[in-house]
Amino acid sequence: MWILRLNMTDHSYKLEDILERYKHLGGRGLTSTLIYDEVDPQCHPLGPANKLVFAPGMITGTSAPTSARVSVGAKSPLTGGIKESNAGSGWAPALARMGIRALVVEGQPEGEGFWMAHIAMVDGKPQVAFMPADEYTGRDLYEVYPEIYARFGNKVHVAAIGTAGEFGYPNSGVAFNDMKRNPTRYSGRGGLGSVMGSKRLKAIVIDPTDGPGVHIADEGLFKQGQAKMREALMEHAITKPKGGLNSYGTAILINILNEAGGLPTRSFSAGRFEGAADVAGEAIFETNKERTGKEVYNHACSPGCIIQCSNTLYDKDGKEAVSCIEYESDWAFGPNCGISDLDAIGQLVTLCNAYGLDTIEAGVTIGVAMDSGMIPFGDAEGAISLMHEIGKGTARGRLLGMGAANVAKAFGNPRSPTVKGQAMPAYDPRAVKGIGVTYATTTMGADHTAGYTIAPEILSVGGASDPLKAEKGKADLSRAFQKTTALIDSSGHCLFIAFAILDIPSGFEGMVEEVNGMFGTNMTGDELVELGAEILRRERAFNEKAGLTKAHDRLPEFMHIEPLPPHNVVVGLPDEVYDAVYGEL
Amino acid sequence: MDVTVKLFAMLNRYAPDRRKSGEPFQVTLPEGSTIADLVVQLGIPDREVKVAFVDGRARASLYQLAPGAEVGIFPPVGGG
Ligand code: SF4
Repeated sequence: MWILRLNMTDHSYKLEDILERYKHLGGRGLTSTLIYDEVDPQCHPLGPANKLVFAPGMITGTSAPTSARVSVGAKSPLTGGIKESNAGSGWAPALARMGIRALVVEGQPEGEGFWMAHIAMVDGKPQVAFMPADEYTGRDLYEVYPEIYARFGNKVHVAAIGTAGEFGYPNSGVAFNDMKRNPTRYSGRGGLGSVMGSKRLKAIVIDPTDGPGVHIADEGLFKQGQAKMREALMEHAITKPKGGLNSYGTAILINILNEAGGLPTRSFSAGRFEGAADVAGEAIFETNKERTGKEVYNHACSPGCIIQCSNTLYDKDGKEAVSCIEYESDWAFGPNCGISDLDAIGQLVTLCNAYGLDTIEAGVTIGVAMDSGMIPFGDAEGAISLMHEIGKGTARGRLLGMGAANVAKAFGNPRSPTVKGQAMPAYDPRAVKGIGVTYATTTMGADHTAGYTIAPEILSVGGASDPLKAEKGKADLSRAFQKTTALIDSSGHCLFIAFAILDIPSGFEGMVEEVNGMFGTNMTGDELVELGAEILRRERAFNEKAGLTKAHDRLPEFMHIEPLPPHNVVVGLPDEVYDAVYGEL
Repeated sequence: MDVTVKLFAMLNRYAPDRRKSGEPFQVTLPEGSTIADLVVQLGIPDREVKVAFVDGRARASLYQLAPGAEVGIFPPVGGG
């Protein structure tokens, strides 16, 4: 088992045996620990001292269901703190099966050109070739990916940045290939694409042929755990085949958040959108049925997923127009921008994939631009042309590429729906208080995945908690979710297994057995959740040294003074609640 | 009394006249009816219902509906 280091200063590489203390880590646990150990928290995120770390999860590369996830970490140019952004792609198990537990990109070359790294097995070990990549820069990733595949063959997997990362935007992601070899699976949040761009690395192409595979210490226990996980996923109404996620995708959430009055509309000025039903997951399903003449169920983003939540929107001629329209992306360009045209939303999502942008940050930025009077709400054509400006790097585009918080500043607009510089996702914290506590306190900047209290607050999954009640208990709720999430993000499972394992205890047991089987350990569920807490403490310590303290664990002021219809509520939680999340960790 | 009802996702098949998911329709119920009574009247098997909202608030199945209430009923949904 190795850590592979790519030194971009001189284009050399080093294969190191993984240290004992990293052996039982994976995914987020490993990226965050390596960054904590090796990156100066005070460094400039785009300077030579920052490192970009890729780590497949603990059990990624095995046959465990829904486990093809990769974590990407660095100091974030958007938040100024630590970042982990998680994606599902065949790239992840491919790296794991080459015996690479972490890939660390370091240093920075002189000169202007861009490079790519090609990693393949030679004599039983990964070998890296660096080559110029200027032919791929400044271009649409939907054109670039087929060229890379044509050059290296269809068995490779590709991680790359778009023009957003090349320009160094705080809004820029790292793209990974989907099952059709398109650049649609993103570690989008926090500007990691520009960290890769700052090292002048355009793409990492990996060829897993002849990789040693992953070693499982206790096959019997592992199989037992895997079977329990599979059963839970096959049984739960949300995760089973033809269940909620497989039929309607994550955008199934549009209607329920709208009903609850927590769907941020027109840049967080209302909690309900009159066009919600037209852009919801159900509408995507019905539109596809109308356009293709059949019921279209969703597909997997990566190999071995049972849940298969990734949708496709078909165009008027019944041809594939875009994949995938996630809830967050749908909302960011839809209700958040006052746009109720699904095809336009699909086009905006495609532009994010083409230029290498995070859909949440991009949609919220366009929303802030609309709220500031740059273009009117509901102007889909205007939004599309702004997205092209971002991707092409015009002066206005560069401003928008800086993300929502910076654009709000540029217009003197105090309505900045951000925490620690990162745009809020698709749940208004005035109407759903627990997720607001997560936005405010997570080490990541406003991020829903970091502690998804929506499950009990809105979906009645894993218990029930009144979303409108401003109570101290929201700190405990958020903390519990943040710890478990840090664990799941480390395991290599997709976070969406949580819906099943929150309700079906044998599913959680299964995950514990998978991890113990993998490493030959004997950890209890509680000990594993404590490992999640330990990861959070490391991230928190990094952030404190970087200058992010509990004073930054706050929601924007306008949410404390501007009531959100239809419930006409403000946030209404005292600072102590936010401070209690990490104060009592 | 009349209430307005919206059925979402798979539950939409219990709505009259094949309307779009979440498109509202009127239902007449005896005074004092609960969410559970409404679910029975619509012919929805109990186990298919996960959450019901009345005027934007999630309510338990024994919650009594008032005339003119807006009720949104969901099967298990998740995402994020
Ligand atoms: S549940 Fe969805 S996002 Fe998660 S791994 Fe499966 S297809 Fe990908």
